[in-house]
Amino acid sequence: MSTVKVGGRTLVDKIWDQHVVAELGDGLDVLHVDRHLVHDVTSPQAFTTLAERSVEVLSPELTFGSPEHSVTILSGRTEESNDLSRTFVPLLRRNFAAHKLRLFDIDSPDHGIVHVIGPELGLTLPGATVVCGDSHTCTNGGLGALGFGVGTSELTLVLATQSLLQRRPKMMRITFAGALAPGVEPKDLMLDAIARLGADAGAGYAIEFTGPGIVALGVEQRMTICNLAVELGAKIGLVAPDDVTFDYVATRRFAPKGALLDRAIEHWRGLVSDPDAVFHREVELDAAAVAPQITWGTSPAHSIAVDAAVPDPTDAPDDTTARQWEQALAYMDLRPGQSLEGLPVEWVFIGSCTNGRLSDLEAAAAVARGRKVSRHVRALVVPGSRAVKRAAEGRGLDRVFIDAGFEWGEPGCGLCPGLGGVTLETGDRCVSTSNRNFVGRQGTGVRTHLAGAATAALAAIEGAIADVRRN
Amino acid sequence: MDAFTVVRGPAAPLMLPDVNTDVISPGHTGKGSMALSAFAPIRYLSDGRDDPSFVLNREPFREAPILLAAQNFGCGSSRETAVWSLRAIGIRCVIAISFGDIFFGNCFQNGVLPIVLDERVLESLAEEAADGAPLEVDLRASVVRSPRGATIPFTIDPLRRRQLLEGIDDLDAGLLRRDEIRAFQQADRALRPWIYQVADAGASPTLG
Repeated sequence: MSTVKVGGRTLVDKIWDQHVVAELGDGLDVLHVDRHLVHDVTSPQAFTTLAERSVEVLSPELTFGSPEHSVTILSGRTEESNDLSRTFVPLLRRNFAAHKLRLFDIDSPDHGIVHVIGPELGLTLPGATVVCGDSHTCTNGGLGALGFGVGTSELTLVLATQSLLQRRPKMMRITFAGALAPGVEPKDLMLDAIARLGADAGAGYAIEFTGPGIVALGVEQRMTICNLAVELGAKIGLVAPDDVTFDYVATRRFAPKGALLDRAIEHWRGLVSDPDAVFHREVELDAAAVAPQITWGTSPAHSIAVDAAVPDPTDAPDDTTARQWEQALAYMDLRPGQSLEGLPVEWVFIGSCTNGRLSDLEAAAAVARGRKVSRHVRALVVPGSRAVKRAAEGRGLDRVFIDAGFEWGEPGCGLCPGLGGVTLETGDRCVSTSNRNFVGRQGTGVRTHLAGAATAALAAIEGAIADVRRN
Repeated sequence: MDAFTVVRGPAAPLMLPDVNTDVISPGHTGKGSMALSAFAPIRYLSDGRDDPSFVLNREPFREAPILLAAQNFGCGSSRETAVWSLRAIGIRCVIAISFGDIFFGNCFQNGVLPIVLDERVLESLAEEAADGAPLEVDLRASVVRSPRGATIPFTIDPLRRRQLLEGIDDLDAGLLRRDEIRAFQQADRALRPWIYQVADAGASPTLG
């Protein structure tokens, strides 16, 4: 084990120290990976490399997978429904069978987006290191896990050695004072934070989210917060585990039970930053002051209150930002000073690892109940997992959505990365509960406006961007 | 992995903040090869022709082995295709004010050198290189030599530097460490048994 600092350690330090297999000097550590989540699109080349080098998976029992990127998200889908899934789903299945890994296949009752099913199945645990070939692995930080995304080469290394070569990140703490105002979602909190701090504010850092605005949230909502850490530039975002977390974990399928759970919880209670822990950067934000957000541009940092005006590049802090704003406005076909309220949209997507959990669907259903989707909008609601889908159907949310004219889909990443067997056309405008409004992300020339689930549902009803507080 | 020692050539300035990996390596372009897809969202006009305002469409930058970028280059998705796309169009070195963390790590697995320089230093470098005069990036000396002869030192993890110079990726090194990792797991199993005993309570009817 590595040298452990005495006192003054952050939550991340404590988890990190428990996972150091070897220190290689100059701050680089070999870090053990407790849970490896694998999906269909970034893993094939890794398995090819293993085969080429005749290497076995070191810890097959710590590796779990789900085909979620390539799959069609529309009702009635199979792996044959689109070209990508026709290739990638059987490929993942073959690779998993060859190495005897546990797969939650497309027809499994546990299938879903890896960052939704990891926590839901009790695979993701507080204090665990969780890695996936996907940048939104930070979502798992909602349970107090140290989750981060890796590329395919590092993914190969995890399969082969259950470890990674990592530099300990710098530590940042974001404290949210106050409670969310009515109609404001955790998504809004983070979009506002990214707009204030910048899309690169977290680069090189692990971010601990804390304060009354965070502690009051449920585990699902904490996952939304941590999911967006990477849009703030940080590979890692997490919330210290507490009784809310332990209650969530206790009933999960693969979570420890009985005496083992008690022992785990005792251990997890120690996973808090020491009062004298040193953070390289501290930020305090007021959750109560945040309004429902909508993005106007092509970075998650291009977020404004839904009733605010689109910014003017002449007000940008510097020349490169001004140029970025000009290009974003041109791509989004918007004018400086314009109001986004009333702007017509063609698509609404509710789902993804950001906002595809039950609490998100409940927020959307509360807006949609008894109303009709605008005739010129195609609106999709895509549960993040089969379990979310079952739970939503158990509460009648599927009827609420279907009666209102939403399509009720099957789990997958879908429109977030512009996949899912649905094609948007150049110039289409989509209000999306996903995490990236990048140029071309949802399809060539597609204009994405990021928002929370309630705001997205209201856009579908109104056929235009609207303020949920005036709903 | 290809080793990196010295790279010399034009440095293409792409001085926009937050150039993300979806832009570097889009998920869907219909362009086919990785080389043709690289930067597709900002490289082509709507009719599919090269956009002359995009720097890599202009001589002498078409074959530039070095890219100059602003803040947060390579932010966003973890897709390693972003680095593979850069390699496919001949780029071996990216010099930026800051990088997306995952992209930064992916570079070292593919023989691409990411260099962080101060904004003012980078801007003066971009100015000197604007006409295509060649830059020299020397990893052996950990310096960038500007067209007018200035020598600009950069910092890099010593281990990452050694790996790039020798063309060794993390997998080569990691495979030698498997016994050490098994020993860690053995000891850790006593401290955190719940990590290793993945018990199935069987709450759902079947497994894939």
